[in-house]
Amino acid sequence: MNRIISPKNAQKIMKGVFWASGIVTIIILLIIIGYILIKGLPVINLEFLLENPIDSGKSGGIAPMIVSTLIITFIAVFVATPIGVGAAVFIEEYTKENILVKLIRLGSETLASIPSIVFGLFGLAFFVIYLHMGWSLFSGGIVLAFMALPTILQVSEVSIIAVPRSYAEGSLALGGSKWQTIYRVILPAAVPGITTGVILGMARAMSEAAAILFVVGSALAMPLSIFDPGRPLPLHLYVLATEGISLDNAYGTAAVLVLLILIITVVTNTVVERYSKKMMGR
Amino acid sequence: MDYRIEVEDLNVYFDEAHILKDISINIKKNRVTSLIGPSGCGKSTFIRTLNRMNDLIDSFKMTGTILLDGGDIYDPKVDVVDLRKKVGMVFQKPNPFPKSIFDNVAYGLRIHGIKDKDFIEKRVEDSLKEAALWDEVKEKLDKSAMGLSGGQQQRLCIARTIAVEPEVILMDEPCSALDPISTTKIEDLIHKLKEDFTIIIVTHNMQQATRVSKYTAFFLNGEIVESGLTDKLFIEPEDKRTEDYITGRFG
Ligand SMILES: Nc1ncnc2c1ncn2[C@@H]1O[C@H](COP(=O)(O)OP(=O)(O)OP(=O)(O)O)[C@@H](O)[C@H]1O
Ligand SMILES: [Mg+2]
Repeated sequence: MNRIISPKNAQKIMKGVFWASGIVTIIILLIIIGYILIKGLPVINLEFLLENPIDSGKSGGIAPMIVSTLIITFIAVFVATPIGVGAAVFIEEYTKENILVKLIRLGSETLASIPSIVFGLFGLAFFVIYLHMGWSLFSGGIVLAFMALPTILQVSEVSIIAVPRSYAEGSLALGGSKWQTIYRVILPAAVPGITTGVILGMARAMSEAAAILFVVGSALAMPLSIFDPGRPLPLHLYVLATEGISLDNAYGTAAVLVLLILIITVVTNTVVERYSKKMMGR
Repeated sequence: MDYRIEVEDLNVYFDEAHILKDISINIKKNRVTSLIGPSGCGKSTFIRTLNRMNDLIDSFKMTGTILLDGGDIYDPKVDVVDLRKKVGMVFQKPNPFPKSIFDNVAYGLRIHGIKDKDFIEKRVEDSLKEAALWDEVKEKLDKSAMGLSGGQQQRLCIARTIAVEPEVILMDEPCSALDPISTTKIEDLIHKLKEDFTIIIVTHNMQQATRVSKYTAFFLNGEIVESGLTDKLFIEPEDKRTEDYITGRFG
């Protein structure tokens, strides 16, 4: 036997390699978030969070941007979730692998790979120019819904597949209709997974600047309705940084965005975990 | 004698595979009938034709007639939902819903449109009592059914089934995933239930068949070789193959 490396050593080396990959991932994440928080947190105070910007954002706060972000995110989730979950239910429960399903999958995968700036261009052409809606958060929310849709669809599909078939059989054997079975047994069991998909899709939509660049306008004022133009956080950040208005406030804005996503994710995860525990009796 | 179910010349195919061959059997009201036979002989397929669960399988085809109280259950006019309400099913592996114990038993009532809270509560309690589970769970009705033991889960599934007051209960090896104590409890339960329900049970356990059932049918390769009174079938079987099977010489 003249192996260069013994199996035992190979095992050790590979374990080291995997361990290192994991560590590198965490370190990169920590560096990016750490850097943004270190630069951004000192800027954040109550005034920054609650007031309107002054001088295009050189000073003052980012309250309208926070509100804009919350509005478009809400619209995106509100529109994309039923469509994504509905399509997933249709694919998994109402039809077999056929041309239509292949088309839906292809469509969803293509949607996921379209560069976000192209979504932006479509939004401009369709909502602003063709429908004469002007710049509005509503249009921005719809464009973001398209971006969040593939993630929600794919994760919902996986979550629905993961629900044991025996649950559905139990319901059907009691005389449940197909829809009752889906609505009362399969979907509730798939909720934790579906929520994860919604959160992933939401995070993607929330941090998007390019897709809404041409759609939401860039108003600095507080939006008063969903049909007003607005300036979500990523867009504000982009303008602040590229037009040299205030790099400090750009970091502050970035930090607020990161924290917002973090808070929503952590809160949702906690709620979902409680729900799962209660459901599974652990 | 009254028959609850009359099966005549039943043939079942999954695509080209001929699974059940010329099955004819009558099931008596308020009696327990056991189905025995080696693995793969078609016992599950047979009872799944009785509540039309095989309809879910695309390759399923059948000929022959199955009457429930004289009515053809495969008549196009029959509502499958109504049929399954009348012919309940308990599965091999306990399959409670990931919901509370109460909601599991109330499920069938709710999907059939019953809204009266008091009525549902009463029926849930009665069903759990009848399934001999009430004392063990009455303090934790709002806890998830998934936290119960396997035996408790199976009794819950039985409670869930009897809550909608079916006429027939199909049980496909209901004890095969359970320990001996839980098995005894389920068998006691079956004795009690036969007063109100007609029960068909698939089992691989010969003793169980003799303990719980008045009638037994022996399946082999998709055919019924022999059926009749359990005592007779086990003590003086007419067919050599039955004798070989019950004495453990094959299968
Ligand atoms: N969905 C299906 N599609 C095709 N063939 C099937 C299907 N379900 C069962 N079969 C076949 O039908 C035959 C009878 O199966 P069935 O499950 O009814 O047997 P069984 O008597 O219940 O066996 P066991 O004691 O192992 O549960 C088997 O050969 C099986 O492979
Ligand atoms: Mg079987």
